[in-house]
Amino acid sequence: MPSAATSPPTSDQNRVDARTDSRSESDWEGVRLHVVTGKGGTGKTTVAGALALALAQNGRRVLVMEVEGRQGLAQIFDTTPLPYAERHVAVAPGGGEVWALAVDPEEALLEYLEIFYKMRRAGSALRRMGAIEFATTIAPGVRDVLLTGKAMEATKRTRDGRPVYDAVILDAPPTGRITRFLNVNTEVAGLAKVGPIKSHADRVMALIKSPRTAVHIVSVLEEMPVQETVDGVAELTSAGIPVGAIIINMDRVAHLSATQQRAAIKGSLPRDTITKSLEVVGLGSKRTTVAQIVDELCTEAHGHAVRLQLETTERQVLQKLEHPTYTLPLLTEGADLSGLYELAQALSEQGAA
Amino acid sequence: MTTQLLDVDQLLKDESIHILVCCGSGGVGKTTTAAALGVRAAELGRHVVVLTIDPARRLAQSLGLTSLDNEPRLVAGVGDATTGGSLRAMMLDMKRTFDEIVESHADPERAETIFANPFYQALSTSFAGTQEYMAMEKLGQLHARLGHDNDWDLVIVDTPPSRSALDFLDAPRRLGSFLDGRLMRLLAAPARAGGRLSVRVVNAGFGFFSGVLTRILGAQVLRDIQGFVGAFDALFSDFRVRAEATFDLLQSGETAFVVVATPEPDALREASYFVERLDKEQMPLAGLVLNRVQPAVAIDLTAEAAVAAAQRLEARGRAHSLTASLLRLHADAVVLRERQRHLSERFTAAHRHVPVVAVAALAEDVHDLDSLREIGELLRTGDDLVHSPA
Repeated sequence: MPSAATSPPTSDQNRVDARTDSRSESDWEGVRLHVVTGKGGTGKTTVAGALALALAQNGRRVLVMEVEGRQGLAQIFDTTPLPYAERHVAVAPGGGEVWALAVDPEEALLEYLEIFYKMRRAGSALRRMGAIEFATTIAPGVRDVLLTGKAMEATKRTRDGRPVYDAVILDAPPTGRITRFLNVNTEVAGLAKVGPIKSHADRVMALIKSPRTAVHIVSVLEEMPVQETVDGVAELTSAGIPVGAIIINMDRVAHLSATQQRAAIKGSLPRDTITKSLEVVGLGSKRTTVAQIVDELCTEAHGHAVRLQLETTERQVLQKLEHPTYTLPLLTEGADLSGLYELAQALSEQGAA
Repeated sequence: MTTQLLDVDQLLKDESIHILVCCGSGGVGKTTTAAALGVRAAELGRHVVVLTIDPARRLAQSLGLTSLDNEPRLVAGVGDATTGGSLRAMMLDMKRTFDEIVESHADPERAETIFANPFYQALSTSFAGTQEYMAMEKLGQLHARLGHDNDWDLVIVDTPPSRSALDFLDAPRRLGSFLDGRLMRLLAAPARAGGRLSVRVVNAGFGFFSGVLTRILGAQVLRDIQGFVGAFDALFSDFRVRAEATFDLLQSGETAFVVVATPEPDALREASYFVERLDKEQMPLAGLVLNRVQPAVAIDLTAEAAVAAAQRLEARGRAHSLTASLLRLHADAVVLRERQRHLSERFTAAHRHVPVVAVAALAEDVHDLDSLREIGELLRTGDDLVHSPA
């Protein structure tokens, strides 16, 4: 695996052949730009990484990019911090490639000046005057246009007449800010009604509102994240931005059936039966008596059952949104690289790729 | 040296502390912690204002916040005659706070010109960093009123859900120095050029700069910015002064920072950055609140033993399936707690001087004052995740 490169190699015959292999239908045929959002703490970066692996499988090439300067992708792919250059970070099942990029707004602005105005050399003068900082951290909307603009550029980039990337995944800002982030031309219109930056925003907007884009929202089954997901779907929809899937992350294994949950909540689990079973396997000692174990197991069951009932309610709320939902398991050992492949597999099996 | 327990009650009762800042990455329960600390402080006899930035709907309702009116409102049902404490709460209205600064520093005519300027409108609603700036501005205002009336003696502030937890420290200075900086002087040059020499020198830079800006943004944006700079001129240096004053206040002995995290790698990493940054800026850190901790198990039964027993029971048929499930559930709980302990200890090993209090996860979300009281109680007692021998 190359440790660093500025851009992927040109057409690789093996890859192209593999891509034409038969593969199962995904829910997102035709989607090229996958935007992943979610409330803080729901694991959206992990899901973005897993989705990248899933979409790259069987010989495809995808780019996953982050825009918030957190180096979250480097963490989950277990690599050194990403520079502002596309880097091959993982091999997908069946021989695909995942590339990653951490977009730096200042670099993106200089690149934009270079591409559109051949003005890269003016950059240092602008930086001295504080104009680069102004444009990338302060000017309303400009930062977001640069970041989404970079995603557009990667999505549309071609080499030898075919796309460089089969899909681009954008690890985007949290749900609370996603509509404003993506709705760049409204944002920029507050500043510029006409002019080059406005036209650039219009081009970005055309891609974002098209069927080639899908915004996936990651949630966990708790009240606040679910509420934010519901609000996010409504906001995106009214802004005309296509909502993709709802991804339920960190789903716990239900150890108890519905009947057992009700009994656990009422405190009516059959203590005698539990006691007998524990005695059969010889659990219990002087230090920890069987009765103490039964007490603890019933207490734990109570907490688990209350949580499961809440999760059931929240799951129904998400399912009512009428977008495809995928469920990813809670990795009790933490989301390391092998966990990421496990999540990619789960996404793939459920039709995300 | 073992990690000290963060004594929340002692912190809240300390009358030399007038500002408590809750910070941490998104989704760790910052706002809930700020609200729970507010309720507890009021019931310990303090007169408290909780400044929230963007509370979840039910949390806002539990504090009686139904509208965004930018003024502290008394929360009914907290504190009483015995303790003498009280609680007020407010949600930040960023645009209104910005407008108020303009109103208080410009004459009415000039204020109208500023309000009508498109660049100001964009600046005051969607300026990256405006929310952080205005949160700190509001904090400064609430602090300034401490001495004047006796409505409150403690301001608890929740920090904005920024891209980085550190933004609220940096944004005010960044905005302040931008408004008072070289760029603005260049932009303002045609409006206020004085002597002949300065006109020429300034215009050389301005010509280049305005050329670039016009090509990128368009001429109209530049005209708006110049209009704004012209009208805002006198207010610029004041913004920088205010940002500096707030920064000084945060470094003073009457402020305490509480870093909030969950026992997850990302949240703890952000917490580490934060602790290091506060150290560097000589800002007073009270300690770390570790939210959503998997509750301790009360018995000595390892995950391995529980899984082994569950497997044997599963082999014996359906009669034992309930107990087998309960044992597997127990094993999951033990594994999760051990993982959280391991992650938290990596933090405490690196920051031994930081007192910590761990708060066990509640099965249900916060929806009223009683659940905030319950969290307050958990904050007082603390879970022993990082304080007990493993």
